[in-house]
Amino acid sequence: MKHMTRKATRHVNQNEGLIFEKSSPGKAAWKLPPLDVPEVDTAKLLGSAERKDLGNLPEVSEIEIIRHFTRLSTWNYAIDLGMYPLGSCTMKYNPRVNEFVSRLEGIANAHPYQPEKISQGALRIMKTISEQLIEITGMDAITLQPAAGAHGEMTGLLMVRAYHQSKGNARKKILIPDSAHGTNPATAAMVGYAVENLKSDSRGMVDIASLESQMNEDVAALMLTNPNTLGVFEQQIHKIADLMHAKGGLLYMDGANMNALVGKVRPGDFGVDVMHLNLHKTFSTPHGGGGPGSGPVAIKKILEPFVPKPVLINKPDGTLGLDYNRPHSVGRVRAFYGNFGMFVRALAYIQANGPDGLRQTTEDAVLNANYIRKGLEGAYDLPYATPSMHEVVFSDRVQSTKGVKTMDIAKRLIDYGFHPYTTAFPLIVPGALMIEPTESEPKEELDLFIEAMKSIAQEVEEDPQTVLDAPHSTRVSRLDETAAARKPVLRWTPASK
Amino acid sequence: MRYLPKSPADRKAMLAAIGARSVDELFAPIPAEYRLDRDLKIPRQMSESEIVDWFKQRSRENGDGYASFLGAGVYLHYRPVIIDSLISRGEFLTAYTPYQAEISQGTLQSIFEFQTMICELTGMEVANASMYDGSTGSAEAVMMAARLTGRHGVVIARSVHPEYREVLGTYATHQGLPIAEVSYGADGRVDLKELQRAVTDQTACVLIQSPNFFGTIEDVAAIAEIAHRSGAMLVVSIAEAASLGIVEPPREGDIVAMEAQSFGVPLTFGGPHCGVIATREKYVRQMPGRLVGQTVDKKGKRGFVLTLATREQHIRREKATSNICTNQALVALMVNIFMTVYGKLGLRELAKQNLAKTDYAASRLGTHGSILFNTSPRFNEFVLQTSEDPYSINSRLLGHKIVGGLPLKKFYPELGNAALWCCTEMTSRTAMDTAACVIAEGQNPQLSESEPVEEVAR
Amino acid sequence: MAYPTDRKYTKEHEWVQVNGTIASIGITNYAQESLGDIVFVEVPKVGAELAAGKTFGTVESVKAVSDLYSPVSGTVTETNADLATSPEKVNKDPHGSWMVRVTVKNSGELDNLLSAADYEKFVSEEGGH
Repeated sequence: MKHMTRKATRHVNQNEGLIFEKSSPGKAAWKLPPLDVPEVDTAKLLGSAERKDLGNLPEVSEIEIIRHFTRLSTWNYAIDLGMYPLGSCTMKYNPRVNEFVSRLEGIANAHPYQPEKISQGALRIMKTISEQLIEITGMDAITLQPAAGAHGEMTGLLMVRAYHQSKGNARKKILIPDSAHGTNPATAAMVGYAVENLKSDSRGMVDIASLESQMNEDVAALMLTNPNTLGVFEQQIHKIADLMHAKGGLLYMDGANMNALVGKVRPGDFGVDVMHLNLHKTFSTPHGGGGPGSGPVAIKKILEPFVPKPVLINKPDGTLGLDYNRPHSVGRVRAFYGNFGMFVRALAYIQANGPDGLRQTTEDAVLNANYIRKGLEGAYDLPYATPSMHEVVFSDRVQSTKGVKTMDIAKRLIDYGFHPYTTAFPLIVPGALMIEPTESEPKEELDLFIEAMKSIAQEVEEDPQTVLDAPHSTRVSRLDETAAARKPVLRWTPASK
Repeated sequence: MRYLPKSPADRKAMLAAIGARSVDELFAPIPAEYRLDRDLKIPRQMSESEIVDWFKQRSRENGDGYASFLGAGVYLHYRPVIIDSLISRGEFLTAYTPYQAEISQGTLQSIFEFQTMICELTGMEVANASMYDGSTGSAEAVMMAARLTGRHGVVIARSVHPEYREVLGTYATHQGLPIAEVSYGADGRVDLKELQRAVTDQTACVLIQSPNFFGTIEDVAAIAEIAHRSGAMLVVSIAEAASLGIVEPPREGDIVAMEAQSFGVPLTFGGPHCGVIATREKYVRQMPGRLVGQTVDKKGKRGFVLTLATREQHIRREKATSNICTNQALVALMVNIFMTVYGKLGLRELAKQNLAKTDYAASRLGTHGSILFNTSPRFNEFVLQTSEDPYSINSRLLGHKIVGGLPLKKFYPELGNAALWCCTEMTSRTAMDTAACVIAEGQNPQLSESEPVEEVAR
Repeated sequence: MAYPTDRKYTKEHEWVQVNGTIASIGITNYAQESLGDIVFVEVPKVGAELAAGKTFGTVESVKAVSDLYSPVSGTVTETNADLATSPEKVNKDPHGSWMVRVTVKNSGELDNLLSAADYEKFVSEEGGH
């Protein structure tokens, strides 16, 4: 039979369109209960402010919605399916008990303005996780307000600025290593600081001599990720902290790589003055396709006066409360108290682990990364011989002689059933392959990953075109990002297909 | 530990493969003086049932089962159950940011639908994939206007949510953006004469909220006219997304900074919620946050990708439009599903019910106090001024398991004994009637209403 | 490749071609190759003042943004309208796609720039990176 039916052929999920393409007047997925109060004349109440038409919003039934999103979901890779070897993302298991407890009614329906008397549960959750994160980081105090890592960086730098201002000189610059994540310089600029680049040495760590020459009374802070984005622990962290402090500067740590440190070492112990945590990395809250995150900022005592308000306190009657009387506070960085739903999840994670679980988690994370490093050492170029912690960075130097780059290898990895690693970052390694397995990977998965990567390396030698044209097995392949950027189409319109 | 998928035998084999005698060798790069030789001082490992019990206790301590009249930027609307059924799917919950488009089409296509619906609702041409929340979204929108106009002055209405204004203050301080506040009039709306005086040729934008913090709908057209006449942009913040079902969107605005929490996002004590910025197409390159665009693959098949990424931090670094990295993807998906469930007709009905409930509550409560700003149209919130201190009224209401309106003294001392009351489709008539009685008690204990006062659940 | 000799070049990969008192500025073939598909070019408005060696705009590909450095000082008299609608022309014909035209303030500045031969040499040394 020549003609093709319009229903999907190979798999029922293949031809799902946009929800608007299913819409048709008269279909509905909603039903409101009848009003227990009198109806109103909206025209009378609102006058010219009344909206007559909601435009092109869809009208579909419930089952169509269920099918639509269920089908779409099958087009996604996810941690629940397999490993994400993404460097510095810490794609670990998202425990389901976290989801369950966040939906308990008293938690899910808690209004941030409800009286303190009936918010003791929420405040106790905030207090508990605050105490535990302070212990984990070795710092003195913490603010839970920032909504994500980048937001935490901004909050941290605002406090740094307030601190310096209180000493009479806000200072002008922030030093940032060339290996840093893009949020670091973007944040520094947002807070009104100029960014000065700090070189890495041949071992991939901060070049101490450069730091010494660049550190002066114009520098407010050094923003450091430790371990850095190469997965390397700054072995001279003591010297770094001393150099900063000697000239009155502060040491900010980007906590993105805490998964290598929890339970083994505490940033507060090695000289960090202020740092942010990523609850959606180290503390297992789900990535959900790109967020929400949560970026608490832990600080040493000297920064405590500047913390965003309100601050959690113990009231004289023994209950918990929120203190708004903070004259030196940098203010608010967002409405309400932070991404409370993520505190619940992160706390449940810490509770499920306890001190031994957290330590074992960190050890497994570092073990996994080193196992991969050993497994791929021959097949890919390792630009730095320095030991790796929880992540390892290779480069495509060998493969690029055959015209194959890190992005191509990454796309081919998809055909082997894995999500790609982080490509082209950090910038100090041209053609980088940044791999962080996390502790959530069994040995079997790691072996499969190593096998896949070795196989691709071989393909590059024998049949590079297969790699260059990858992925071959996905629903769509090599989407035209250039066209998307040149002539952006950012919404569906009725006339379009 | 049950989340760790390795047996002792696995670890042994792996260490052997690496050539290390113990895992401690792998931590040698950490200077010995810092390595912890003790357990972290946190409670012992808990079993799953213990964790559940711990949080259930916290939930009980948290006013579980109260009827609430609180709004003020966070709204209790009914959440269709399919939202959680769908977003709990591992492929949505545990998926990463869709940088690798081929294996993220589920996330990307749903964001594209989200962007589309936000445009339809707000009357704008492009929308991003979400910001952290309404407060930071508003601050980012203001900074966007400053970049676009090349000007620095910001004029903000005092009828904008007090915490939003605080956040803007924090963001603006270091961007060199002086802020001028304009008051509201007796009608609860922005004082247009004061606005006229405040807007100059140095003003980058005017920021208003509509419906505003008091629930009153602003005269957006008049405000836009004043702003535009001086070459300033109009940024409109919308905290109660449900209003868009029945209230005309701010079409005369240039940038809309919305909080979409009302659309299926649980209150969760203030976060995570769902901000979003929508604007005109010509401003898209200065818009912060992720954007999903439609394109085709090498076989001509339709697909979606993150686009215009060069605005963002991972490329632009210190010159980025913002430092924002995450968006609120999972909550945006909740919003997406909510908007899809209610759709064109449902969102209107939902809004109408909110109007009806609030109108009834205002009429009942208004007999025991005065409703301020009564001459202006409003959506689902109103301000009730009473002779009795609202804190004292609320204290009595708590005894009936009711959370009363938000006392406004701390934010607007000039309003005296005023409180902000919100009703949604979830607020029962019984709760409203009971609240009215309880308020009446304070007026004149002997002359309270004849209806029996009940304890109400939500 | 052989770079046209009717103009001068900078180490930041711009070219400048002078015609009477007006200089046209664009980016070289090496630049467009390194950038990949160009999606957007941002240049200043007519009347803006450019200073030699300072940035005056940006050119974007999908994954990168590069600053444009002005080879000479001058006032912008014209910007190329094609850039907004067809940025791909910069990829297809980099040396034929001028971005801005400026009045030449100080023709001595041209002496500091590279000739076609010098630029070719510079690029071949930097090449492979």
